[in-house]
Amino acid sequence: MKFIIERFDPDQDQKPYFKEYDIQLEPSDRMLLDALIRIKSIDDTLALRRSCREGICGSDAMNINGKNGLACITKVSDLKEPVKLRPLPGLPIIRDLIVDMTQFFKQYNSIKPFVINNDPPPEKERLQSPEERLELDGLYECILCACCSTACPSFWWNPDKFVGPAGLLTAYRFIADSRDQAVNERLDNLEDPYRLFRCHTIMNCVDVCPKGLNPSLAIGKIKEMMVRRGV
Amino acid sequence: MVSATKKIPVGAHYGWQDWLAQRVTAVIMLLFSIVIIGYFMLKGGVNYAEWKELFRSQTFRIFVLVFFLSVYYHAWIGIKDVLMDYIKPAGLRITAQVAVLLFLLGCSIWSVTIIWGV
Repeated sequence: MKFIIERFDPDQDQKPYFKEYDIQLEPSDRMLLDALIRIKSIDDTLALRRSCREGICGSDAMNINGKNGLACITKVSDLKEPVKLRPLPGLPIIRDLIVDMTQFFKQYNSIKPFVINNDPPPEKERLQSPEERLELDGLYECILCACCSTACPSFWWNPDKFVGPAGLLTAYRFIADSRDQAVNERLDNLEDPYRLFRCHTIMNCVDVCPKGLNPSLAIGKIKEMMVRRGV
Repeated sequence: MVSATKKIPVGAHYGWQDWLAQRVTAVIMLLFSIVIIGYFMLKGGVNYAEWKELFRSQTFRIFVLVFFLSVYYHAWIGIKDVLMDYIKPAGLRITAQVAVLLFLLGCSIWSVTIIWGV
């Protein structure tokens, strides 16, 4: 099977280049990550991140034939040859398929991704009704692989100011949480033409999310809350 | 020590107003388009006399002006967004924004003279 992989080693290369691989896959090599590990057994200079190999940790996000996704849950049989692999777009390349996620996590941290509740903690836990818990479905499942944010042109142009789909999805996850008491502070924090309103709902994020989540919908709900608060 | 100008402050506390205005103006533009296309389709073409007669109505003139102002406001928000994305130096961005604003203001005045000049 033919692969074209973007390679870059900052110690040796002036700029990234493409390297072709033609490898014989074994029947057990079902997922793209299996194929990459096969390639690595031939060329151990290839650098990539991976960990859980089952779509939970979000380490092996990359640009696969032009679309961001997780190598470990992408079937080899679904891919058109030659398979072109690039690092996630818009973030600085550390080496080969590994990108520097600092900016991504900086934005994620900026929305305070934790429940803010100033009441004294109860003996056991803060309870939710089944309905309140239902509100969090489609929000809490994010694995922070950065497929969505690095597919978003608004994040490419303003990664230092625009929170990006992953961060905004999580922001809404805590806004929607019945146990959180900081909804106004959270809305204040996002009420900004750059932080939230760079999103023009082109839905690249929805298109690429390997967990099938919908950041556009969550962002729309934040905007709606802001309008309700302001009109 | 980090100089204050090197920091990237956020939290301008506006945004939803523009977002909402862009949607409201879009609805006005759509309504006007439906009415005007519907009018042409029902009439099957309009001659100069009929067109002039239409513009004798003050209500219609105001409707047309509201449409044009919606176009300009919609364009202002859109172009401002594009400038915010692509022009990084703040001074240059303000200059470009003022230029666009003045141009659209000129267009607005021009529209009034045209609509009431028929």
